Amino acid sequence: MSYQEKRSIVNIISTLLITGGYSAYALPQYPQAEAYSETIFHFWGSFFFILIGVSIVASIIITILFSILNTVTNGEGEPSLTDERDHVISLRAARNSSYVFILGVLLAMGSLVISQPPTVMFIILILSGVASSLISDMSAFFFYRRGY
Amino acid sequence: MDKLFIGNHIRKLRFEHSEMTQEQLAEKVGVTRQTIVAMEKGKYSPSLELAFRIAMTFQKPLEAVFFVEKAT
Repeated sequence: MSYQEKRSIVNIISTLLITGGYSAYALPQYPQAEAYSETIFHFWGSFFFILIGVSIVASIIITILFSILNTVTNGEGEPSLTDERDHVISLRAARNSSYVFILGVLLAMGSLVISQPPTVMFIILILSGVASSLISDMSAFFFYRRGY
Repeated sequence: MDKLFIGNHIRKLRFEHSEMTQEQLAEKVGVTRQTIVAMEKGKYSPSLELAFRIAMTFQKPLEAVFFVEKAT
């Protein structure tokens, strides 16, 4: 299995762990308030910002750990260059990821159209963000397996 | 429109050139070894620039390295 395939698997697992872990920590603190109150919007705003921050920091740490572990176990470090095939795979993965996120945004807006509370919209946005990240890594894994 | 398969003789040409390794060819044309592997397996069609780089490395015309046929 190539470095890129292993990295995709690690990214998939870390996305699930980070989002799942942070949600398990933060969601029990969901405020008991009116559906359209300022408290609810404040909660979701904080949730998004902290989740993004936690994801960035955790991703950096996981990438470093993976790189070290991979070098120690296989003697295979991070590839020194990215070539045209890497760019093609990256673009295709980003395209698939964008499709999923766009669909998520449309669903989130649709939930407002059918008079669902803002919490539903925020949950759909979070899920679509996670799904798009997973699709990106799964696509990259699939393309590297297939050859392009 | 018929789908085309772009094949190549890279593996054969490597052996004809002092058994050049995939790693050596990759280094000469500026790609990763995985890309050479994917091309040899017919899983990846290179850009025109990369195709010319490979042909120039083997000092052959493009059509001596790559060929095209209708995909089955």
